[in-house]
This record gives sequence, C-alpha cells and structure tokens, in this order.
Amino acid sequence: MPVIINAEKCKGCEECLSSCPFDAILMKEGKALINEYCQVCMACISMCPEGAIIEVEKEAPVGLEDMHSYKGVWIFAEQRGGQVASVSYELLGIGRRLADDIGTDLSAVLFGAYQSEAQELICWGADKVYHSSDPIFEHFHDEPYAQLLTSLIIEHRPEIVLTGATPIGRSFFPRVAARVRTGLTADCTSLAIDKETKNLLQIRPAFGGNIMATILCPNYRPQMATVRPRVMKRGRYDESKKGDIIHVKSEDLQSRTKVLQTVKDTSDFMINLQEADIIVSGGRGLGDPKGFKLIAELAELLGGAVGSSRAAVDSGWIPYRHQVGQTGKTVCPKVYFACGISGAVQHLVGMQSSDIIIAINKNPEAPIFNVATYGLVGDLYEIVPLLIKKIKEAKGLLS
Amino acid sequence: MTIVVCIKQVPDTAEVKINPETGTLIREGVPSIINPFDMHALEAGLQIKDRVKGTVIVLTMGPPQAETALRDAIAMGADDGILLSDRAFAGSDTWATSFTLSKAIQKIGADIIICGKQAIDGDTAQVGPETAEFLDIPHISYVRKIEEITGTSIRVQRLMDDGYDVIESPLPVLLTVVKELNEPRLPSLKGKMAAKKAEIQKWGRADIMADENDIGLKGSPTQVKNIFTPEARSGRKMLEGSTEEQVDALLQELRGIRCL
Repeated sequence: MPVIINAEKCKGCEECLSSCPFDAILMKEGKALINEYCQVCMACISMCPEGAIIEVEKEAPVGLEDMHSYKGVWIFAEQRGGQVASVSYELLGIGRRLADDIGTDLSAVLFGAYQSEAQELICWGADKVYHSSDPIFEHFHDEPYAQLLTSLIIEHRPEIVLTGATPIGRSFFPRVAARVRTGLTADCTSLAIDKETKNLLQIRPAFGGNIMATILCPNYRPQMATVRPRVMKRGRYDESKKGDIIHVKSEDLQSRTKVLQTVKDTSDFMINLQEADIIVSGGRGLGDPKGFKLIAELAELLGGAVGSSRAAVDSGWIPYRHQVGQTGKTVCPKVYFACGISGAVQHLVGMQSSDIIIAINKNPEAPIFNVATYGLVGDLYEIVPLLIKKIKEAKGLLS
Repeated sequence: MTIVVCIKQVPDTAEVKINPETGTLIREGVPSIINPFDMHALEAGLQIKDRVKGTVIVLTMGPPQAETALRDAIAMGADDGILLSDRAFAGSDTWATSFTLSKAIQKIGADIIICGKQAIDGDTAQVGPETAEFLDIPHISYVRKIEEITGTSIRVQRLMDDGYDVIESPLPVLLTVVKELNEPRLPSLKGKMAAKKAEIQKWGRADIMADENDIGLKGSPTQVKNIFTPEARSGRKMLEGSTEEQVDALLQELRGIRCL
C-alpha cells in the first residue's frame, strides 16, 4: 500500500478515522490500520497529529513509454436521429479552452449525421472533424461505436478524449477505455490542465455528491472523461471559421446487438431532464397524479421539463424516467422548482448542484429548505396557480 | 444456463452525514448495503432462472467483510457466492476492477452477466461495459424490461433519454439494469437458512490468473489526486408574507437574476 501507518508512532487517537471518505481505516489493538478500501486519496495524512501516516514510495508505475507522442484534444459529438446533442457544443467550449492551455488542436469525432452538422462543429470551435457516415450509425450500437473510435485513437493518438455523460456516452466510452488500456473518469463537472505536468485534472462528485474528487490519469494516454451535460459553457460561434472535415473510412464494422425498434416517449411532458434549463418537479405533496397537470403547466410556460421525486414515481403518478435523485437522474438546471418534495437525501443528491432551487412546501421544517435558494411555505395548490397566473400576466398572455 | 450477477457492497450514501466543523464525512454507524441497483440485477437473474432454469452465481470484489453481501444475496435466492478478495486488488479503479471481474467470469463461464446500472458510491456506470469489452461479448445498458429470453438470445428494452430501444442480442451478453425493471423480492426463510450454511468461495489473484500489472493500484490508470468537500450552498432566502406576497417576492427575485 502506498499509504501506511507507522505503528510505533501511532498513539491511537482515532483522529484519522473520520477523515477517510472510504472507511478504509480501522482500529486494531489500539492502533490505526489501513485496509483494502484505501483509494490513496491522502486525506488522512495531514490529519495525524503524530505524523504517523506516510506515503511510501510507489512502485514504478506501469504505463506508456511514448506518452509525449500523444497530441491534441478530441471531443466525441453524439447524435441521435441525425441531430447533434447540445452537450457536444458544450464539450467544444471546454475542449477549446483545454486545447489552448496546452497549445494544441481541437478535433471533433462525429458518427452518422450529415456533413452540414460537421461544419457546425467547426463553427463552434473544432479545427478538425473526423466524420463517418457509415449506415451502421443510424441507430446507437455500442460495438461499432467503440470499434471505430478505438481505431481512430490508435491511429491519431490524441492526448485527451471527452464525451457527454449521457446514456450513449456512458455506455460505449468504457469499452473504448478498456480496449485502448487507459483511464476513464465518469461524469466530470470541472476540467483543467495542470500547469506543471500538463495532465488533465478531472473533477467529479462521488458519494452522491457528498464529496468531490480530483482524478488524474498520469501514466496512460489518452486521458478520457465523460462530462456532465449543462455544466460547461459553450464557446463562441464563428460562422466564418474554417476547418477540415476528414471522411473516415469504416470497413468491417459489426454489431452483435441489433436495434429492432426505437420507441419515442409519447408523454405530454418534455422529459429530457438533463438538457433542460428549467425543471419543475413534483413530489408526494401533490397528493394525487392530477397534480402533475399543474406541474406540467408551469413547466411548459417556462419552457422547462417535468421532474419528480421517487415517492411520486413509486405511487405510479408519473413514469420512472422523470425521477430525479439517487436511483433516478442527476440534474443541474439553471432553475429547479421542488413542489411538494420534502427533500430526502436521495432526492437532494440528484439536484443539489442546480444553480437556483425554489422550494414550495407546506412544512417549514422540510429539509428541502436547507438547500433552497428561495423557500415558499404554503399550499402548493395555491402558490403554483398564482405563480402561473402572474407569469402569464407578465408575459402578456393574460389581459 | 449460468447467470452471474455482479454486486457491490456500498455504504448507504443516504446515511452519510458531513461533520459541519471539519467538513469531512462521518462514516461511523453508516450501514453497508448491497448497491440498490444490484438488487434489481439480482432480481432479474432470479427471474431468468425461474423462466429458463439455471444457476445464479453472485460475484463481488471487496474486503473480507463483503461476504455478508453475498450471504444476503443467497438469502434472496442466489445459488452460490464468490468473493474476490486479495490485498493485490486494493486501490482498483474501474479498469482494474472490470479486468479482475472479467477474469473471474471467464473462470466461471457465464451465459448472462447482470450488473446494476451503477454503484451509488462511485456513480461511474463503467464497470459493466468495461467488463463486457474484456470478455469480448456485447452489452446492453439501462435495461428496463426483458421481453424474451431463449437459450441462445435475449430481447430487451433499453431506456434512452427520449424513449426506449428494443434490442436483440445473442448470448453470452452482459446487461446493466435500471430500477424500473423489477421489484426485488424479500429473502425467504428457506433462503436465510441457505445463506447461513452456504460455503462462500474466496478467490485471490492466483485463482483467476491475473497479471499483477493489470490489477489493483498498479493496474489502475486513474489515480485519486485529492478529495474535498463541495462548497456549501449559500444565499438561502425564505420568502415571507401571504401567498401572494411570497409569489410576488419570488417573481421579483427571478427577474432580478434574469430567469424570467
């Protein structure tokens, strides 16, 4: 283990125990001991008043010898039904900044979709676009996606490869990382370049957002990460920007899985929670499924999506895909309305990184108010209709 | 048919609290549970066993204490449990974890491997797909419904952002499942008896013939540089007065920050 406790120095004060986010330190015969849960985060080292916790010399790292031959930042631009996902433009924004910090190029990789979409990616910041129009990309299949991206990485050797932390990105990127034998960091909320080492600093939440971790991939390339949608800012759109579109030849792409049918959600509510600027969520406090009509009305008025707590899903009031929280989706819109949601920790971990949280609840003691930017105490069936009426008035929809 | 269900023992993150003075996690007294998504994976495995006959083996990697998670799974109806535990596995990231699991699964020889969508402590959702790649088999993520299963193929629904896809795959295949798939059963009395008596197999590095450069900290491309507590939310404001006054105040605030 690279972090050990010097048993002679340890006085058994237990100061280090609570510093460990992984529960990796236990007490044995009056001395602290580090077990297999240790992730080498070093959080305990500074906590020890005796200086008994030390980092021992790591074994020579296994890794690539020709790391410095890897150049350039890549972003994978995801499309579904020919339309490029908005997270791709956010990736171009952060990708541009990272590339400029390193002093290198930014490229986008696009599978399926049209050439006009490739040109758009250039206007949003890419210097180069690797585009394949192979018909196999009409539907999303993990294997051909992973196969072609892997061979492009092996051929062109980029130093950083990013994609959105979406159902597609989170499903096929791990296959690529496994195959090229490199690290992949999930669901990053912040990325930066270390000035000294030029390594990518990948910051992500863990333990349901209770802690943040900075992850490095120092000895392997490329450094791969999925990035949470709606966190990074888009760059500047430049209509006159020139770039190269490289047509990728793709032979022998195969998929053992086969998409037989694609079924679009027929729900009346907008459901792409992870891309919405505004989310209006309802919970048990709605009292019955009809309450979601009101929630949907407010959401529609604001151009937002409808979310829900687990309680409302478990009661059968709304489908699971609307669920926000630990066993549902993690969202971070600009504005999150929590209507009749008490705020169990499992819900909070899925929405507490929203820019603004508006809580409406009749119980002033409800834990949701602890994370709320603005709290309104009262009956949501009075507050929400009044809010709808006043917004309509303000928008000139009512006279 | 051999069904392998991969489970992970995790701290119940809903019970984790922050020490307001030091900003560190308080883990004392936080119970260890089977990762909630893995409960749905296990239920899916048990239902497949009921439908087409087969054996359900639960597999986990972790410290010796993780054995209790395997016994809990046997109480629910799993036939066997295998614990991958070795000091050499310590510090594994998703690459090394997936590699280790894949070596164990190769030794077992599985027709279907089922994992939860993600674990609630790490939230990466990477171990399932990476394991499938190491095994060179297809995988399907976010399975919300198993429509049909035969001895050679499976047809499922995959949850997507804008609806779902109906997908067919030959076996062997690896599935990761969402909670919409099913409702996990409770342990039966017979199951609890079996769990008490069960012999849990313990496998170390040598048992799965893994190269030491591919496992544990040494085999992990990613490293945790540091851990910190996110900044606490600030600027909480309880709006006061009658319903109308509160609504007016809210609208004014939202206009002030250009949200309307």
